[in-house]
Amino acid sequence: MSHPQAATEFLKDQAKAKWHDETLWFVRDKRDRISKTIPEWEELRNLASQIKENVLSKLDVYLEEFERNAQKNGIQVHWAKDAEEHNQIVFSILQKQKCTAIVKSKSILTEECHLNPYLEKNGIEVVDTDLGERIVQFLNQPPSHIVLPAIHLKKGEIAELFHEKLHTEKGNEDPTYLTHAARLHLREKFLKAKVAITGVNFAVVETGEFVVCTNEGNADMGVHLADVHIACMGIEKIIPRRKDLGVFLRLLARSATGQPVTNYNSHFRSPSPGKEIHLILVDNGRTAQLAREKFRNSLKCIRCGACMNTCPIYRRSGGYSYGSTVPGPIGSILSPGLDMKKHSTLPFASTLCGSCSDVCPVKINIHEQLYEWRQEITKTHGELGKGLSMKLANGIFKSPLAYKISGNLMRTALKTLPKSLIYHPINSWGKGRNLPETPKESFKDWYLKNRK
Amino acid sequence: MSSRESILNAIRGIEKEEKPLPELPLFGISEDVETGFRKSIEGNKGYIVSEQEFLNWLSEASFPKVYSASSSYASISTLSLPEDPHDLEDLNLAILEGQFGVAENGAIWLDDQQLPHRAIPFITEHLVIILKKENLIPTLHQAYDRIGLDYSGFGLFVAGPSKTADIEQSLVIGAHGAKSLRVVLC
Repeated sequence: MSHPQAATEFLKDQAKAKWHDETLWFVRDKRDRISKTIPEWEELRNLASQIKENVLSKLDVYLEEFERNAQKNGIQVHWAKDAEEHNQIVFSILQKQKCTAIVKSKSILTEECHLNPYLEKNGIEVVDTDLGERIVQFLNQPPSHIVLPAIHLKKGEIAELFHEKLHTEKGNEDPTYLTHAARLHLREKFLKAKVAITGVNFAVVETGEFVVCTNEGNADMGVHLADVHIACMGIEKIIPRRKDLGVFLRLLARSATGQPVTNYNSHFRSPSPGKEIHLILVDNGRTAQLAREKFRNSLKCIRCGACMNTCPIYRRSGGYSYGSTVPGPIGSILSPGLDMKKHSTLPFASTLCGSCSDVCPVKINIHEQLYEWRQEITKTHGELGKGLSMKLANGIFKSPLAYKISGNLMRTALKTLPKSLIYHPINSWGKGRNLPETPKESFKDWYLKNRK
Repeated sequence: MSSRESILNAIRGIEKEEKPLPELPLFGISEDVETGFRKSIEGNKGYIVSEQEFLNWLSEASFPKVYSASSSYASISTLSLPEDPHDLEDLNLAILEGQFGVAENGAIWLDDQQLPHRAIPFITEHLVIILKKENLIPTLHQAYDRIGLDYSGFGLFVAGPSKTADIEQSLVIGAHGAKSLRVVLC
């Protein structure tokens, strides 16, 4: 389904769509307020951007050095060129452990690799332990937002789901009651799991350690009780120095949810005695994106989700309308690199207002890259519906006479034409857009009258 | 060719100009560290308490299972440390010592020296951290400056109780980990 089609589906429930828009704006507003309490905020963004640019300019050197240091610490390092190899590595570790049930904390990478269905097909029970992820897992849905996985659901829907799955009281929608029911349910899973999987927020070259941030403490509950910790990371998560964490941890939670830091920030350097840590370094399209000079710096992303919360399209179309693991503006510049045909409508799901670039903590020029992708896609897949009207407009703007005549005509026509003609199916500009009131005279006429 | 080699070769094959790594300034905060730290912990839904307030709360709560890794409160422990952290599943209270606290966000640093089991601050129902006022610092920049490259198998910044807002953005305390955090500032 294209983005406009999926967005139309989302907008059918207007009250819910409005709530979704307002809820994400609330998160965006919290981010604004907290960022303004840090006088050096813009300087931090610059530093974060420069650190990541340095990383991308010598990623091969850093990855090798990181691997050496991690191995010295007793971490077992694996490399996966794509999703399939990543999934196979995870499964082979589980087989070696004779493990048939795992707990997993939030990892967008494992979503990207479709790890859950792969493991389930091989007879492994996978339990997502982040509350939002557990909710969407019960519904057999992917997360609709990378930080707030169940943001598209209302508490009534969750109450109904928990009544069915966890036998909570029917109709009890109280978030505290529902969260505590999930706490009891997941504790049981934590206590039984022999293997725990987590994502990685940052991997530090000079120390060979990696950092995982959560508010719930679910990543730590899993790994410290299990015998084996498997951490999965994209190769772009590298940062050179431990002190760089100071910059990134200051930016991450403030940008994501408007809080000063996540409540748990765990630094994993060596396994506990008698236990194992496996780290999987995954490419899955990242080296290809690195080779695309115009889109290279999309790999600076630290997955805070700020661009989603601010995006007027994301807020009004929902995460699922993008049909890609990472939705929103950043997803729309990452996903076409993975499959341009499948994701060809995503770079057009933007007003190019630039708000995404303004809030991005690592200063990715997201809206400019959206524009660049449009050029690439139009070259490859030909012109879309808007092409014809653009050609017509091009002809009109080229000739001053045509411009004058058409302006006069349109001012009259738009007032008198029936709506059905303007908002006609073949006029894709009319879909979801209202025309402003037409002025009585042209700017040129007004200027000639008023310039004295 | 192994995947490792093919990934590294793919990166090596891309023409790139090396970009410099910036030096990092040690940014500070405008208020004094104690005021800042208090505000941050309270904002994160934790409590700052005096030693007396802590002891009063403790005697009122009369928890059956308490473990203190802090030698100052060793007498409060009702159990000795089990070999397997799973045996701590019904632990009511853990008392730990923090190395230092960060004023800008309330983050408190602990590593393997303070954590006889890494699971303790998560599996316990309630968490108390003992922290000296003289060990408060302004921001995470000073924090990493202080940690340096010191080795510990595990290190943790804990800034509050376990929390979630995954249901309609309503804040709920006590998701999976500790349901409360008290910092005894002395």
